[in-house]
Amino acid sequence: MREHARVGGGPVPDRGDGLPELMDRVARGDQEAFAGVFDRVSGPVLGVVRSVLRDPAQSEEVAQEVMVDLWRSAARYRPDRGSVLNWALTLAHRRAVDRVRSEQAASDRARRVALLDHSPAYDEVTEEVESRLDRERVRRCLRGLTERQRQSVTLAYYRGLTYREVAELLSLPLGTVKTRMRDGLIRLRDCLGVTA
Amino acid sequence: MTADELHTLTGAYVLDALETDEEREAVERHLAQCDTCAHEVRELSETTARLGLAVAAPVDPALRAEVLRRITDVRQLPPATRPFGRTPGGPQGLRRLPRWALAASVAGLVALGGVAGWQYERAEEADRRAAVAEERAEAVAAVLAAPDARVSTARLADGAVGTLVHSPSLDRAVFAAAGMPAPPPGKVYQLWYDDSGTMRPAGLMTPGAATSAVLLEGPANRSAGIGITVEPEGGSPRPTSDPVATMAMPEA
Repeated sequence: MREHARVGGGPVPDRGDGLPELMDRVARGDQEAFAGVFDRVSGPVLGVVRSVLRDPAQSEEVAQEVMVDLWRSAARYRPDRGSVLNWALTLAHRRAVDRVRSEQAASDRARRVALLDHSPAYDEVTEEVESRLDRERVRRCLRGLTERQRQSVTLAYYRGLTYREVAELLSLPLGTVKTRMRDGLIRLRDCLGVTA
Repeated sequence: MTADELHTLTGAYVLDALETDEEREAVERHLAQCDTCAHEVRELSETTARLGLAVAAPVDPALRAEVLRRITDVRQLPPATRPFGRTPGGPQGLRRLPRWALAASVAGLVALGGVAGWQYERAEEADRRAAVAEERAEAVAAVLAAPDARVSTARLADGAVGTLVHSPSLDRAVFAAAGMPAPPPGKVYQLWYDDSGTMRPAGLMTPGAATSAVLLEGPANRSAGIGITVEPEGGSPRPTSDPVATMAMPEA
């Protein structure tokens, strides 16, 4: 299991050398260790939230909630179920998506479509982020997907759309979108060499 | 949905792109029974993490300072104690137990069912619940965590399981039920302390919830046990029907 997050900068107070070790200390109430976790995961967390929510102030607010939540539930983290980063980003994505969907109320679909009227989500990243290598790799692997696969995966992940919304947007049958999401991710997984 | 259909949804599941909670729960139940699918979900979930990593954004130092300040006031949850992916088809109501109650399930007395794991849960739902009932939750947690907490469980009617926790030092008791049928329309379950045969009102169980952990209102030490009756909405000053369940206070 790889831990890639190095975003946010700042020295990591180190006894253990990885995120799982830091999390272990956080779970025992170590605030200094939490600062280390913060420095490694807050950048991706904020990025994911902002990608879905778009509004900077709201994104910061949600990212903050996610980070506090990581502190609160640190003892629930189980290394055998996935990386710390994945855990953090799972919380971040769900929280962002929930926020969008709760605000969205059926009438607000128009706003949603307006949001989509941008170039592909993954091109909108600011250049100064430190994870450029990761980003390049992801971008390259995304290019290896079929267009349907790529659109299905990125609209869901980076924009928080449901499969039904993706299907409507792309005028595809529901079943096709479900399948494209899965086989797109499988292809991405293989391209990125992800194991679990 | 068939297993094949559920399996196809692993992608939409890790992308949070399912339409309804029911759909998500169906997938999670399937994952609990299908190791291959659970493995695939772990891998695909890690894959989405790479998508997330790729859009990392610089974090304002003020945000960092604010979070580090806030956590000094935030109490941490205890570790979850339940097994992973067990008891497929177990009573669904159980998963509605607040997480702190699960965590403090006091040596696993409450059997837990049907959930694939923390990754797949919605921590924020629990948060919301906890925020709504934070004070009560704290009190319940205090009872469950009390060093002198005594616990008993009993099988109630209709296959429901009741757990009664009593802390003499706090003079409080908590009751948790799993798998209780919903009360009839317009009715609620009311809890009573049994003070040597006199029933003293001890609060209502959460309406509509098949499962809930409730801090009983009032002191617990003088009672021999508790009872549950079905009462009109809002509860009654005195029981108006025979108890649907009774439990003795747990022994030391």
